[in-house]
Amino acid sequence: MIQVQNISKGFYGKLVLKNVTNTFEEGKVNLIIGGSGSGKTVLMKCMVGLYEVDEGAIEYDGRDFSAMTKLERKSIRREIGMLFQGSALFDSMTVEENVMFPLTMLSKMDEEEKRDRANFCLQRVNLDNANNLFPAEISGGMKKRVAIARAIAMKPKYLFCDEPNSGLDPKTSIVIDELIKEITYEFQMTTVINTHDMNSVLMMGDNIIFIYKGEKFWSGSSKDILNSGNEQLENFVFASKVMQDLRRHLKN
Amino acid sequence: MKIFYELGRYWIFLAGMFTRPENFSIYRKQVMLEMDAIGINSVGIVSLVSIFMGAVITLQTAYNLINPLVPLWAVGLVVRDSIIIEFSPTIIMLVLAGKVGSSIASEIGTMRVTEQIDALEIMGINSTSYLVIPKMLAAIFITPFIVLISMFVGIAGGWVVGELTGVVPSLDYITGLQSEFLPFNVFFAMVKTVVFAFIITTVSSYHGYYTSGGALEVGKSSTRAVVFSSILILIFDYILTQLILI
Ligand SMILES: Nc1ncnc2c1ncn2[C@@H]1O[C@H](COP(=O)(O)OP(=O)(O)O)[C@@H](O)[C@H]1O
Ligand SMILES: [Mg+2]
Repeated sequence: MIQVQNISKGFYGKLVLKNVTNTFEEGKVNLIIGGSGSGKTVLMKCMVGLYEVDEGAIEYDGRDFSAMTKLERKSIRREIGMLFQGSALFDSMTVEENVMFPLTMLSKMDEEEKRDRANFCLQRVNLDNANNLFPAEISGGMKKRVAIARAIAMKPKYLFCDEPNSGLDPKTSIVIDELIKEITYEFQMTTVINTHDMNSVLMMGDNIIFIYKGEKFWSGSSKDILNSGNEQLENFVFASKVMQDLRRHLKN
Repeated sequence: MKIFYELGRYWIFLAGMFTRPENFSIYRKQVMLEMDAIGINSVGIVSLVSIFMGAVITLQTAYNLINPLVPLWAVGLVVRDSIIIEFSPTIIMLVLAGKVGSSIASEIGTMRVTEQIDALEIMGINSTSYLVIPKMLAAIFITPFIVLISMFVGIAGGWVVGELTGVVPSLDYITGLQSEFLPFNVFFAMVKTVVFAFIITTVSSYHGYYTSGGALEVGKSSTRAVVFSSILILIFDYILTQLILI
């Protein structure tokens, strides 16, 4: 469980996150949704400490992350896996080396154990026979899988995914969403996902918050989202033709 | 004002790099790879530059020393000392600032804009020391050899051109090379080389590390890395020469 209390963050005097409070639950897929530029990535990067918050507190299962020094955070960092928007695989390493990397840097495993663990993770994301390829040689969907494998290599308790299906075709998006959902339940992780894809929202939103211009406007689950009664959220949810049709269909 | 901001941030960058660096065993392989990239891959261009440098210095020195009171072998001596003290360490390191500096800045800049640096930080790895220390150690270790090669090749280039054009016969040139040789000059050149290697790697890494935006900004960082490294090399060349030789 991750608790975020009244966090605010600005850049060069411009406030990007305003007083956001929320609880992200364990064993669930927690979604942060909102339009582009609404502050989803900033919120996520504040939560993991890539940005320092200006105000407020972040607690990982009661441990006050925001008050810790860089060194103290190291132990929590080891429990965090993160999937970046562009996958962020290391260009100079093969697929297998990418997945083994956190193990090499952070664990005391020997070469054999690392390779086994890496292959277990690669198999878990259904990626066989790609071990010796470089990131430049594989497709966007495969990169995401490798990035997921790398993120779960250290058996994290907390998994963060920044727009996991950006740049993927609809079918691959669904596969990646399913995969994240499965591993969340399987390993009982606290998963936090940023997305603006309504398909993902409806498919896996156990616990959703809607961010609008840096503020939390709404929270709930995918069941309630279609009739939230919140104007900004409705504009977001029913932005696409498909969703408008769905609304018309539901009304009739 | 901007320059003070940059200086302060560079200082913080260096401090962050040396606080809690990662375990050295992790660096060993990296250092080897970097030595290959920085050193071995530069031998060709360095030799080429050095041959022509030696040739030109010899011709110009001979041309300027047409004086019945100065013996012809003095050309060998002057060429040797110019190459050892100034040309090899400074010119070659300026060449490397262009070649190595731009590649370091664009490599690290790309890692920044594609969030690879964030990925390192998330794992709790000190990204500055992980990325910069291997490059810095490799450069400090390998560039003195590169500069030594440049000295030999440069002096040989002068010898060949002197002989081929008949301006400075071999015998005179070699007599000059053997006269009044001060080993201290080589040591001084090595000190300069190591300082310049530190400047090139850390300044270029710094510019790459603080890239923000996309591919365009990576290109700009890479240019800035070369410009700033080159200017700092020239400034430190002056400072070290004044400190040590005078
Ligand atoms: N490092 C930064 N420096 C300055 N402004 C930033 C930075 N990161 C994000 N912003 C600004 O914060 C706002 C929210 O960005 P972001 O969280 O990336 O949006 P999104 O919801 O699309 O992920 C944007 O207006 C962006 O320009
Ligand atoms: Mg974003």
